[in-house]
Amino acid sequence: MSAPAGLRYAASHEWAKLDGVRVRVGITAFAVAEIKDVVFVDLPAAGTAVKAGKSFGAIETVKAAFDLYAPVSGTIRAVNAALAASPETVTKDPYGEGWMIEIEPAGSDAAAKEWGVLLDEPAYAAHCATQKH
Amino acid sequence: MDTGTAPLMHTPLASWHRAHGAKLVPFAGWEMPVLYTGVVEEHLAVRERVGLFDVSHMGRLAVRGPGAEAFLQGLLTNDLARLRPGQGQYTLALNEAGGVRDDLIVFRLGDGFLVVMNAGNRGKILGHFRERAVAGVELADRSAELAMIALQGRAAPGLLAAMAPATLGLPRFSIGEFLVAGETMLVSRTGYTGEDGFELYPRAAGATALWEALLAAGRDLPAVPCGLGARDGLRLEAGYSLYGHEIDEETSPWEAGLGWAVKPDKGNFIGRGALLELKARGPRKRQVAFTCAGPGIPRQGCTLAVGDQEVGSVVSGTFSPCLKLGIGIGYLRGPAGGVSPSGETPDAVLGVVIRGRQLPVSPQRLPFYRGTAASAGGVA
Repeated sequence: MSAPAGLRYAASHEWAKLDGVRVRVGITAFAVAEIKDVVFVDLPAAGTAVKAGKSFGAIETVKAAFDLYAPVSGTIRAVNAALAASPETVTKDPYGEGWMIEIEPAGSDAAAKEWGVLLDEPAYAAHCATQKH
Repeated sequence: MDTGTAPLMHTPLASWHRAHGAKLVPFAGWEMPVLYTGVVEEHLAVRERVGLFDVSHMGRLAVRGPGAEAFLQGLLTNDLARLRPGQGQYTLALNEAGGVRDDLIVFRLGDGFLVVMNAGNRGKILGHFRERAVAGVELADRSAELAMIALQGRAAPGLLAAMAPATLGLPRFSIGEFLVAGETMLVSRTGYTGEDGFELYPRAAGATALWEALLAAGRDLPAVPCGLGARDGLRLEAGYSLYGHEIDEETSPWEAGLGWAVKPDKGNFIGRGALLELKARGPRKRQVAFTCAGPGIPRQGCTLAVGDQEVGSVVSGTFSPCLKLGIGIGYLRGPAGGVSPSGETPDAVLGVVIRGRQLPVSPQRLPFYRGTAASAGGVA
């Protein structure tokens, strides 16, 4: 599965997409390749504050929980409610229907700095190459 | 457990697992399949039909000689005198303080005993037994010479009967020699899933041929290979203890709900004195089995709490594919956990802390799921 253009990535395998004033967040195909038997996706409610690099939720599978880390700081403005009924969408369509949250970044300076730390496509591909499944 | 940096051990079926897409993980010093296609799929195959597990990593010890019975009676909690040849029982080896060294299955054979132990405790138990062996007791570690395959599920008796008709008459917890797929081997009607089924002990060199013959005989069901992931979920639903979780050197059989496997009246055995003292003094902790009331999956190490007071922790937890709920077993400590002479049970307000949030749980009686094992065997 190839990633759409224009995404940035965290080393913890979340993708981030700038969409107007919001940053849409999901996890990458590389990450979901390891994830089987998804039971539910544990996401916070809209309005919750998140901090870059800190856990905002988890993908719960039968055997283990996979923590999800916010790529940028801010406030959650939207949560993908469809995942409640079909959590396996995060593994079937990780870059599309499997998105998880939309964050409104806290302040423009801080947000620009956090965004700048995220990896671009070649850097993320190189990062994945150093990790084996 | 000390896994150190020693290379992982491989069962006789290791190449088959690798060639058939198993996801392999280190377990108790062995490289073992955790899943082939998916934990839930394999779990439900065992509940609804039949599954095959490679459990060759477990330890198999033959104990023979005129002193064998007295020797084992002095090391194990259950009463071997109750076993006729061909019968087996669940039993425990304790330490001097009454804690659990290992849980084991012992079978009385025509010429001695077969003791099956946990993979992670094999070195410890073999050392413990050898240290105490006396004249008239022969110990032979048969772990490398024999493999061990578990065939589990309601369709297991029919499947195996098609290959070895006499196995249909094998009662639960009994063992015998049968001709299966052209080889004579021990077969016991035991397992760790809560379902009816068998464990087969072929020669290591014949393990892959037997495995493939069993899969071929069950092709139409189909019978599927299952990994340790499904095995753990099945045993937890069935309410069976797992060493290092519900039981360990610091837990007594009374606390773990395994008092039924302890027969203090049979005579002396290691840990007996401490056990009787522990019984008189009362439990130091109380086991609780529970389901999660909302969406949440408890995991080993999660805190159990009553209000804002920590009262214990989870030792096993998973998502139950049969109940479609988070299930767990934990231990409660102290008066707030209901562990005191006059302790009130606080279960009504018990919660489990998952990622900083406290979810209410509902205490349950084990098993979480009652499979076909309860009514298995003895149809001859």
